[in-house]
Amino acid sequence: MQRQVALIKQSLFDQGYLDEQFIELEELQDDANPNFVEEVATLYFKDSARLISNIEQALERGSFDFNRLDNYMHQFKGSSTSIGASKVKTECTMFREYCRVGNAEGCLRTFKQLKKEHATLRKKLEQYFQASK
Amino acid sequence: MLTPGAVGGSSNSDPFPSGLRVLVVDDDPTCLMILERMLKTCLYRVTKCNRAEIALTLLRKNKNGFDIVISDVHMPDMNGFKLLEHVGLEMDLPVIMMSADDSKSVVLKGVTHGAVDYLIKPVRIEALKNIWQHVVRKKQNVSEHSGSVEETGGDRQQQQQRDDDDDGGGDNNSSSGNNEGNLRKRKEEEQGDDKEDTSSLKKPRVVWSVELHQQFVAAVNHLGVDKAVPKKILEMMNVQGLTRENVASHLQKYRIYLKRLGGVSQGNMNHSFMTGQDPSYGPLNGFDLQGLATAGQLQAQSLAQLQAVGLGQSSSPLIKPGITSVDQRSFKQLASRFGDGHGPMMMNGGGGNKQTSLLHGVPTGHMRLQQQQMAGMRVAGPSMQQQQQQSMLSRRSVPETRSSRVLPAATHSAFNNSFPLASAPGMMSVSDTKGVNEFCNPSYDILNNFPQQQHHNNNNSVNEWDVRNVGMVFNSHQDNTTSAAFSTSEAYSSSSTHKRKREAELVVEHGQNQQQPQSRSVNPMNQIYMNDGGSVRMKTETVTCPPQATTMFHEQYSNQDDLLSDLLKQEGLLDTEFDFEGYSFDNILV
Repeated sequence: MQRQVALIKQSLFDQGYLDEQFIELEELQDDANPNFVEEVATLYFKDSARLISNIEQALERGSFDFNRLDNYMHQFKGSSTSIGASKVKTECTMFREYCRVGNAEGCLRTFKQLKKEHATLRKKLEQYFQASK
Repeated sequence: MLTPGAVGGSSNSDPFPSGLRVLVVDDDPTCLMILERMLKTCLYRVTKCNRAEIALTLLRKNKNGFDIVISDVHMPDMNGFKLLEHVGLEMDLPVIMMSADDSKSVVLKGVTHGAVDYLIKPVRIEALKNIWQHVVRKKQNVSEHSGSVEETGGDRQQQQQRDDDDDGGGDNNSSSGNNEGNLRKRKEEEQGDDKEDTSSLKKPRVVWSVELHQQFVAAVNHLGVDKAVPKKILEMMNVQGLTRENVASHLQKYRIYLKRLGGVSQGNMNHSFMTGQDPSYGPLNGFDLQGLATAGQLQAQSLAQLQAVGLGQSSSPLIKPGITSVDQRSFKQLASRFGDGHGPMMMNGGGGNKQTSLLHGVPTGHMRLQQQQMAGMRVAGPSMQQQQQQSMLSRRSVPETRSSRVLPAATHSAFNNSFPLASAPGMMSVSDTKGVNEFCNPSYDILNNFPQQQHHNNNNSVNEWDVRNVGMVFNSHQDNTTSAAFSTSEAYSSSSTHKRKREAELVVEHGQNQQQPQSRSVNPMNQIYMNDGGSVRMKTETVTCPPQATTMFHEQYSNQDDLLSDLLKQEGLLDTEFDFEGYSFDNILV
């Protein structure tokens, strides 16, 4: 089991889903807080789901309030960065760039990609935590 | 540096920084959770908060309940910078900003708003381990500051001693929390003793003397204005007792000042202004202008105070509003420009009274009159006060008058307390510019004489300053009177007052000791300020009282800087050229 955990983790890093920030979080985990990383991840996915839904609504409205979208994305990027969600972070940056230049099409495309990465990461982390138990 | 397991009192080693009470504010729950965990790992006592409003409430309810605040920049209910300002003003706690945004402009904003540090997310625990340094530094700064301030004033000494004693004793106490609490209390006490209510100005004020400012500028230039961060500047300056926070707030002002200068060549100003001053003052000059402007406002109060102190009168009421420091400065400059001989005369312009009225609320045109009058008038001590007040007032109303305000008269009376110096061409215009004040380091040039005052923007300290400043500007004995006037001008604007006062003080002091060189430096600043600010058009106009010290100040800045900036502004304005409409410096002198 340990080996499997290590493998999953390694692949997450190798494939760029996670970066060293995740390791920082793991280092904060100790006997007094044995599930810290999982707790943070859970919180992250809960909060980011909310953000995603907000962005989705904003995009569906079609009005493309780039400022507002950028604000949402800034938050999203912040939390993604904090847990080391590398690919998600990259998509966030791209999305913000599209917002900055007012490229609605770019925003939509990037957002789709972002959701995909987000979902993939979630699944993989769930596997990882499951294997760690 | 952490002392594991030794929270709150230890026999062998100082448990500090364990138990450091941190308030962390971030609307992102994920980040908040991570930060909390990290801070706890550092053995700090953490309080989480996801709303700035709640954080402020918490801080207000427990004034001494926290040692440091860490806040995110982007928050839905309140901008992180605003929170930073509030905390700085109300609680005088060190605040660290953080954000995923690492763009230079935002970081700079953090610096200019007085944040003691800026962390880029994702925040690493290593970065958090060292935050205690900001707490210590601040405390040290407070005690140092109080010490220096006290040097100038008699009462301060006592406070200082108290502080020193406390610091010495406190640090050895058990928990850092206690120490901090003691220090904080001490600080409050000392501030409470100060003349004015310093509840909002608990920050220790560093007096940015000319030399200090020059050192600062040298460091900044060396590092490159864009790259200059408080920490590095502090290291380069290597000044005992100077805290990073001091440098940060000073830098903030300076940047504002520079921004205002915009295309204006600071170099020019320097030369013209600073005769005796340190060339590095150049940039300052511009700065001064702003500062002067603001200072002008502040000065009123400070002037009053100064007057009181210097003249032994209860001048504080004198200066009230209006032109305060700015005027003074400009006057000084005028004075310096014209030479010692003129200076004193002009400033004092006996007509002081008149002058003030002139300045008072008189827009450019009006000012001119005043200036002229001022020129003729010698400011008499007492009259000056009035003048100052008036000038201060006038300054206020005349924010628009840029250069015109500055009138040559400034040279003579400008200095006198009354701002009425309106003649202090530089001064008025200065006020126009806003924010410049922040930087005012004008005290630099003037303040050579009195080191401590400089930053002490607290009104309390101002008294001493004001008087001093006033004196400086004039060079002549009259200065004293003028300074008094200035202090009143401080009353001019609340925020700016602080600054102004300082500036006024600085100016005053400076004037007393060294009139000429100082005024010169001031002038350049005025100019800078003016041009840049747009509103202030001083070409060498004397600093007109920054009409709206408050506006100028816009920053939350602690008063200390404001005064300086005001002074600076004023000084800049005072430039001999006096651009302002129709006024020629010469005329005023006469």
